[in-house]
Amino acid sequence: MSGALAKYRICDFTGQLAGAGATKWLASFGAEVIRIEDPVREGRWDILRGMDPFVDERRGIDLGGAFNNHNTEKYGITLNLRTQRAREILAEIIAQSDAVTENFAAGVLEQWGFGYEALKRIKPDIVYVSNSGFGHTGPYRRFKTWGPIVQAVSGLTFTSALPDQPPAGWGYSYMDHTGAYYMAMALLLALIHRERTGEGQWVDLACTEAALTLHGPALLDWTVNGRPTRRTTQPSSNRSQWPPMAPHGIYPCAGDDQWIAIACRNDAEWQALGEVAGTAWCSDPAWATTAARVADQDRLDARVAGWTAGQDKFELAESLLRAGVPAAAVQRPDERIDRDPSTEGFGLWPTVTHTAIGEVRVDGQPVHFSRTDWQMRRGAPCLGEHTEEVLGRLLGYTADDVAALREEGVV
Amino acid sequence: MTALTGIRVLELANERIAFAGKLMADMGADVILIEPPGGDPSRTYPPFLDDEPGDDRSLYWWHYHTSKRGIVLDLDDESGRATFERLVASADVLLESEPTERLASLGLDYPRLREIRPDLIHVSMTPFGRDDPKSDRPATDLTLLAGSGPVWNCGYDDHTLPPVRGLGNQGYNTGCHFAVMSALTALLHRIASGEGQFIDVSMHAAANVTTEAGSYAWLVNGTIVQRQTGRHAAPVPTGETQVLCADGRYANTGVPPRTPREFASLHAWLTELGLEDELPEAVFLEMGAQWEGPFNLSLIGKDDLITAIFGAGREAMKLIASRVTAYDFFLGCQRVGLPAGAIYAPEEAYEDEHFKARGFQAEVRHEDLGRTFRYPGAPYRLPASPWRISRRAPKLGEHTEEVLGALPGEGH
Repeated sequence: MSGALAKYRICDFTGQLAGAGATKWLASFGAEVIRIEDPVREGRWDILRGMDPFVDERRGIDLGGAFNNHNTEKYGITLNLRTQRAREILAEIIAQSDAVTENFAAGVLEQWGFGYEALKRIKPDIVYVSNSGFGHTGPYRRFKTWGPIVQAVSGLTFTSALPDQPPAGWGYSYMDHTGAYYMAMALLLALIHRERTGEGQWVDLACTEAALTLHGPALLDWTVNGRPTRRTTQPSSNRSQWPPMAPHGIYPCAGDDQWIAIACRNDAEWQALGEVAGTAWCSDPAWATTAARVADQDRLDARVAGWTAGQDKFELAESLLRAGVPAAAVQRPDERIDRDPSTEGFGLWPTVTHTAIGEVRVDGQPVHFSRTDWQMRRGAPCLGEHTEEVLGRLLGYTADDVAALREEGVV
Repeated sequence: MTALTGIRVLELANERIAFAGKLMADMGADVILIEPPGGDPSRTYPPFLDDEPGDDRSLYWWHYHTSKRGIVLDLDDESGRATFERLVASADVLLESEPTERLASLGLDYPRLREIRPDLIHVSMTPFGRDDPKSDRPATDLTLLAGSGPVWNCGYDDHTLPPVRGLGNQGYNTGCHFAVMSALTALLHRIASGEGQFIDVSMHAAANVTTEAGSYAWLVNGTIVQRQTGRHAAPVPTGETQVLCADGRYANTGVPPRTPREFASLHAWLTELGLEDELPEAVFLEMGAQWEGPFNLSLIGKDDLITAIFGAGREAMKLIASRVTAYDFFLGCQRVGLPAGAIYAPEEAYEDEHFKARGFQAEVRHEDLGRTFRYPGAPYRLPASPWRISRRAPKLGEHTEEVLGALPGEGH
């Protein structure tokens, strides 16, 4: 075993992305993450297990592409926690674990007899991290969420919009990803705390609260100045919030559904854009200052859009960047994954080997460590793939013992 | 103590990395924000206290620099560099988002800093990574999110409208989340081994792996997702999930009813509101409620009856939404077990009773103004090592004497 976190073992009940994404980070740095899954319902408390996308025409509980993406380098065992024997085995695993992680609705693990008090009796310094939509206290603690609901209730959907349109929202579960990042941070913080004090704790992470912190200054503008983000019109979120910038937007380019993002942070960048464009409106003295351009953005944006339309998005971005103007083509998945040296060259899409799926590329980590870098070679575990191995290695069970447990419906 | 008490973090002021320093400072780290003479440009960003620009009135600055101490150091000056080296000797972590050649040109790159502090954790966050020349080209939150996938996923069914970037510097935030996860991971490795290291964070890469199916649909089977109003981008059009409520606010219907029990609850709610007669499809709700066994969801769109039942579920939710406020729709759905939500503005969420009851509103004393302000609170709750804003953002050079005076060796 090697890696920055090789000394840690996580007893992992997480599912979906908001939970599984957190332990994916730890597993990629060498932590031993053991997924506990239900043999009776074939691990379906993680609905992604058997869901699309699929690599080929095969379908099944081990073949879900998203599940594979979020569970690389983890181990998977099955325990039928309806049985007393399985609960005993779980307690033996917890006794040898550093942390227990889950993202069930509040209270589920407690109903199985593994609430924090019970976990502490098994392992006094255990770190227990619960991740839920609204947290374990407060009037909404029983409410159910998934990514889009967290984003709706926390204001993130509202602040992604064009004027005179309904909210556009995020187009994906930004807060499942980001909830997972906060869960990983909380788990790492609690492990650091334990290393320094010997003390475990129960971390309560509410994804809606993590999301609310991401509005930053907009919330202070409300609490300090009383200015709401809900005004007569929606926020126009392609424009700059702070600091003022104009032009600042996403403009059409040549081809079907092709776009470019352009931002001028100051007058010098506006003049540089003018030199690239070479048109009269760029030197209009009425638009000479940022304040004047911000005040007249509707007209300005129409001018810029008229100029960008018909141009190649990559060539135009390159011309603007060379002139010193922030610009980027709006990249499609194929462009940013297969034809972008800044992702491929960073090693961002490692190929893992999944026992049933075969070789497939996954999201890597967007960082590199000089000494203990991450690695992703193994795909997600098939259902119960490591039951025999883990029960043998950790608890000394023989293959025959595990076969008997399987016979009895325990694993 | 809190988790990071006694961990010293140096942060070279830059709007891109500011949030990473805040995340560590609010967990108890001793974050020392190093600004050049004249201060960091983001000190002048709106919004301003009482809408009046001026020193220490930027709420943008207030937010991103809580719990930090601030010093001024001129790294372009030899004595400034010598002081920085003494600071590095006292530090555990360095957070920076400088141009890629900047620290090397000053003789302060990682190989040099490691000589001064062998177990230093140096986190460098750049737009495209340390070894990518694109990192030194101009970039903003908008251009980073446009190039890296999130923008492609977001927008409207009508593709003549441009795709959309959400507010809040989420491109910076995502990079900072990975910077902090990296720093904490490296701290655990240092506790185990005594070793520090250099960490290269790419903001472009960070957003690229934060797009859900936007990436993995392509990685797994070469499918490209298409943006759709208020819901997940997907390879094919999906049913609407945003409904306009009676108060003009929107709500997200979440997952419409899928089990007989959910159809029964929805039918009961419709009846309670006296709306049953207004929904011609109500009869299908009842049939859904009386369905025996689980539904075969793969038959939606194929089997006429199942399609009608599921269509009735969506229509019932739309009708109810049009007659109640977004808030009542949210609570009503959740009470019958349907995961729906009001589409709140941020301030509406902030003032919601749930978050108030959980103590999310953090009070921060600005002793210089003689006032106390409410801030966004804890993103996570670690009862043994609580999150806390320990002080307001620093004024320019506010702690220069205090920090440098406490360094071992000659005074400054």
